[in-house]
Amino acid sequence: MSSIWVICRKELKGYFASPIAYGLMVFFAVIAGYFSFMATAIFVQRGMESQMMGRGMPMDLNEWVIRPVLMNVSVIGLFMIPMITMRLFAEEKRSGTIELLTTSPVTDLQVILGKWLASVLMYGAVLGVSLIGLVALFAWGKPDWKPMLIGYLGLLLQGGSLLAIGTFISTCTRNQIVAGVATFAICLLLWVLDWVTAFATSTGGKVISYLSVVQHFEGFSKGVLDTKDLIFYLSVIFFGLFLTSRSMESLRWRS
Amino acid sequence: MIKVEGLTKRYARMAAVDNVSFEVAKGQIVGFLGPNGAGKTTTMRVLTCFLPATEGRAEVAGYDVTTQPMEVKRRIGYLPETPPLYPDMEVCEYLEFVGRLKGVPKSNLKQRLDEVAERCSIADVKTKLIGKLSKGYRQRVGLAQAIIHNPDVLILDEPTSGLDPKQIIETRDLIKSLAGDHTIILSTHILPEVEAVCERVIIINKGKVVATDTVDNLTHRLRGSEAVTVELTGAPGADDVQRKLELVSGVSRVVAKEGRGGMLKFEVESLQGRQIRPDLARAVVESGWQLHELHSAAFSLEEVFIELTSSQAAGGAQ
Ligand SMILES: Nc1ncnc2c1ncn2[C@@H]1O[C@H](COP(=O)(O)OP(=O)(O)OP(=O)(O)O)[C@@H](O)[C@H]1O
Ligand SMILES: [Mg+2]
Repeated sequence: MSSIWVICRKELKGYFASPIAYGLMVFFAVIAGYFSFMATAIFVQRGMESQMMGRGMPMDLNEWVIRPVLMNVSVIGLFMIPMITMRLFAEEKRSGTIELLTTSPVTDLQVILGKWLASVLMYGAVLGVSLIGLVALFAWGKPDWKPMLIGYLGLLLQGGSLLAIGTFISTCTRNQIVAGVATFAICLLLWVLDWVTAFATSTGGKVISYLSVVQHFEGFSKGVLDTKDLIFYLSVIFFGLFLTSRSMESLRWRS
Repeated sequence: MIKVEGLTKRYARMAAVDNVSFEVAKGQIVGFLGPNGAGKTTTMRVLTCFLPATEGRAEVAGYDVTTQPMEVKRRIGYLPETPPLYPDMEVCEYLEFVGRLKGVPKSNLKQRLDEVAERCSIADVKTKLIGKLSKGYRQRVGLAQAIIHNPDVLILDEPTSGLDPKQIIETRDLIKSLAGDHTIILSTHILPEVEAVCERVIIINKGKVVATDTVDNLTHRLRGSEAVTVELTGAPGADDVQRKLELVSGVSRVVAKEGRGGMLKFEVESLQGRQIRPDLARAVVESGWQLHELHSAAFSLEEVFIELTSSQAAGGAQ
């Protein structure tokens, strides 16, 4: 356990030693802030319109502001993943420091979990920035915080799954740019897959739709915690980390 | 302390290490000597559990590297060929990380860090970024990293490569001072290094052990025989001379060499402990040839090393 933490802390320090972490956070703050602002503005405008037309229907902050923001954050988050995972193993392989890790009295699993955990925490920190815009809502509205919590849990789970896949890809090469591009391609594919499957009705389409990591976020964004989605994300994380450990092992047999 | 039996490591088809066996006793310093591509690094990687062996067994401190890697790793300090450093960490931070990774208890860490920094003379760069250190300092940080958890066994892959002469001497002294409490294997291409630091030497070539002996014995054995260079003119042909010289008592081998300016040049090797120069001179003069030069080229460890490794190569080609 403490070995995992030792490795995780080293990775986290690595993130914050480079400008990437800060760049990501600023970029994310701007984008998420923009979306929060737009969503709020639309909400306010609609609210005023409906009042003027005398309908006076109670409008839901969660439905109109938080949910669109969460959906957008989940998509932008997809493109943060490669930047967070690309160096995890590729850089260690390139510089030869992997030899230090694998000859230390820690198991492969501890190394992998430490690195993955660091990537999740880093991703969480970036997500945290997007909260700022939403927290402001509490100042003059009464949004329900439970769906928001579930939404962020969903974001973390979706991120965790993709980070696990990214971690795996990072073990396959010693070039972090290659790892980054490959991970980016997969994230892009998953995003596009989600569009395609929106119209799919055949069995094949349903299978693809089930595999779409983005699809499973839909429920979370509505504040619904479905065990099916939860199980899906947890199994993707498990599978990604399992592949990583296989890859690390085969790295030894081959090299 | 270290026991290797019939170790073989194959990459694809090529055997990088081929049926290697040796033992290292507790507290010894052993030099692992061989030309490029001999299989030194590969052997060390198997010992440190970085690579699995294809065949054979290796044991460190009584633990098998395949079945009990954790126990082995706990007891080994390893300096790979390229020191495993993170350029964006400070020296202190890095050593702390490695210490924690190797299981040094937190309460002990600070003290170990100071000791190690002192020992490797890196105390003055403790707060510098590793990426900004010179090659020599990096090598020392690499060494500090290997000893931070006070391991029983130290495996050092070319610990003095890339250092200036003064640093080489310092590093050798450091390594020598570590012997006794630690069992050390170090690899090198440099013979004087083995003579200066090690008690025993294992010479390896093309994945095979070609000689293993104490350094004293080896130098003695090699210096016991003599190599003499003979240059002469006035002989009808090189073959005649060669035949004549081979008949001189005590001569084990005559090799014709490229001579300059019409000179015939030979290298003559003596049998163990025989003086052949007077007899050689007499043989040349009595044949009516002009003797221009006759001098002893005492066998250096270097030549024997080349000898051993190249005859091995010839053997392997058959
Ligand atoms: N990853 C690898 N894949 C295939 N062959 C390899 C690999 N690593 C080493 N070899 C081969 O194994 C042989 C032994 O290599 P090794 O690195 O052990 O030599 P060495 O004695 O350390 O040489 P040097 O003095 O140059 O460091 C070489 O012929 C090398 O080409
Ligand atoms: Mg080597």
